[in-house]
Amino acid sequence: MQGLDFSVVAPYVDILLMGTWWTAILTVSAGALSFVGGIIFAVVVLYAPAIVAYPVRLFMWVFMGTPLLLQLFLIYFGLVQIGIDIPALVAGIVGLGLHFAVYNADVLRAGIVAVDFGQTEGARSIGFGKWQTLRYVVIPQAVRNTIPPIGGNMIALLKESAIVSVIGIAELVHSAQLAISETFRPFEFYITAAALYYLLNLVLEAGLRRFERNVEISR
Amino acid sequence: MSMQRPMVEVRGARKSFGAAEVLKGIDLSVDRGQIVAVIGPSGSGKSTLLRSINHLEALDSGEVWLDGMQVNQPLHGQAFERHINKVRQQMGMVFQHFNLFPHLTVLDNITMGPVILKGMSKSEAHALAHGLLSKVGLADKIDAYPSRLSGGQKQRVAIARALAMQPKVMLFDEATSALDPELVDEVNAVMKKLAAEHMTMLIVTHEMRFAGEVADRVLFMDGGVVVEEGPPSEMFRAPQKERTRTFLKKYLSA
Ligand SMILES: Nc1ncnc2c1ncn2[C@@H]1O[C@H](COP(=O)(O)OP(=O)(O)OP(=O)(O)O)[C@@H](O)[C@H]1O
Ligand SMILES: [Mg+2]
Repeated sequence: MQGLDFSVVAPYVDILLMGTWWTAILTVSAGALSFVGGIIFAVVVLYAPAIVAYPVRLFMWVFMGTPLLLQLFLIYFGLVQIGIDIPALVAGIVGLGLHFAVYNADVLRAGIVAVDFGQTEGARSIGFGKWQTLRYVVIPQAVRNTIPPIGGNMIALLKESAIVSVIGIAELVHSAQLAISETFRPFEFYITAAALYYLLNLVLEAGLRRFERNVEISR
Repeated sequence: MSMQRPMVEVRGARKSFGAAEVLKGIDLSVDRGQIVAVIGPSGSGKSTLLRSINHLEALDSGEVWLDGMQVNQPLHGQAFERHINKVRQQMGMVFQHFNLFPHLTVLDNITMGPVILKGMSKSEAHALAHGLLSKVGLADKIDAYPSRLSGGQKQRVAIARALAMQPKVMLFDEATSALDPELVDEVNAVMKKLAAEHMTMLIVTHEMRFAGEVADRVLFMDGGVVVEEGPPSEMFRAPQKERTRTFLKKYLSA
């Protein structure tokens, strides 16, 4: 039995910080994709003609009903087979982004429907078209009203991003595993990684709170 | 009688919701600069009539004209969308519940239409908003969010928002009936100001006294038809029809 000795971490600080950096990059990129994608999915499901809306609903249903791991494998290893070779990082961002876009879409769809119809009538009476009304009046309000659940999805995304280590992206868990394979000290490195995730989480939560406070001004 | 064409004209308007016919062939004409008040019991179709003028409700049959242009043209799909969006830019609508955009400041509520729909520059729109807010007595609220305003202030901003599009006619659907009694006068005062500037207005209201003060003509609706219309002096003092008398008696004694 070995005692805990965190000095083994010191030579690997650079690698772990790089991993933290990539986890942050992944979270921000996939988070942005999941947000924009969520809005697009929600609008399509609500307003697009059935011929577009139904395939998108099917896609969303599949993405909600299957494991993220499987989706990543499909995007990274599956697509190569049909000639679409995308870098691991892109596959990771797309997989995470689409997966969480589906959850955001669910939240945003409810948020859009909940915006008072008087808002739409107010905008239409000025002369705004259907899309302009969505773009400038309804969606901004739906987003504001759903910041807490969407923020929750973003925090889940940060944590779930660890899974992309399986397709070889050098994010935080991957870096820890690399260090462990050389030092055989899983305990120290996993705990360090956990602490770094916790830090990232704090930063993300602070960002979300700030965003929410800005929105509160208009209430 | 002037020979010029009316600013707003409704001919033979019919509208049903399900089995209930709410408008049973309405004719209405508002001349340029004229102020017409529409009164009548709850459910008589006043809001439906007003909303069908800017096509928030689509008539089943009949025609609506604005300044010589048909509002409910027999166009379809995108062509009708483009047409109606242009037409609505020329009509201001004020709702009972204001329908201000809560995520935007007073300034942005007012400038959004001119900037996005008319391509007005931000600085020009700012000046426009400032002028309109001064007119409704709220220049100091230009950077406030609607949630910080009283009901009366919200409605005055909503009026300024509608005016910012420089409409040919203003449509008011019970602009003061959601307000606390002490806030009604400030909104009525703004409407009187517009009246003094000869804005063409169609005003649905439950306030008989205000209708009498501001309107050139009062129109009494009941059960989806116009029962009687005339200048307020005649309508309120010597109504011809029994239904009008009964309605007014109830209202004026209340
Ligand atoms: N969207 C709708 N769907 C179904 N019925 C409706 C709709 N809008 C109005 N109605 C019905 O049409 C009738 C006329 O309504 P309208 O709102 O035009 O009356 P109103 O004269 O404005 O009444 P109030 O003074 O209460 O505002 C009412 O019976 C109402 O319930
Ligand atoms: Mg009404």
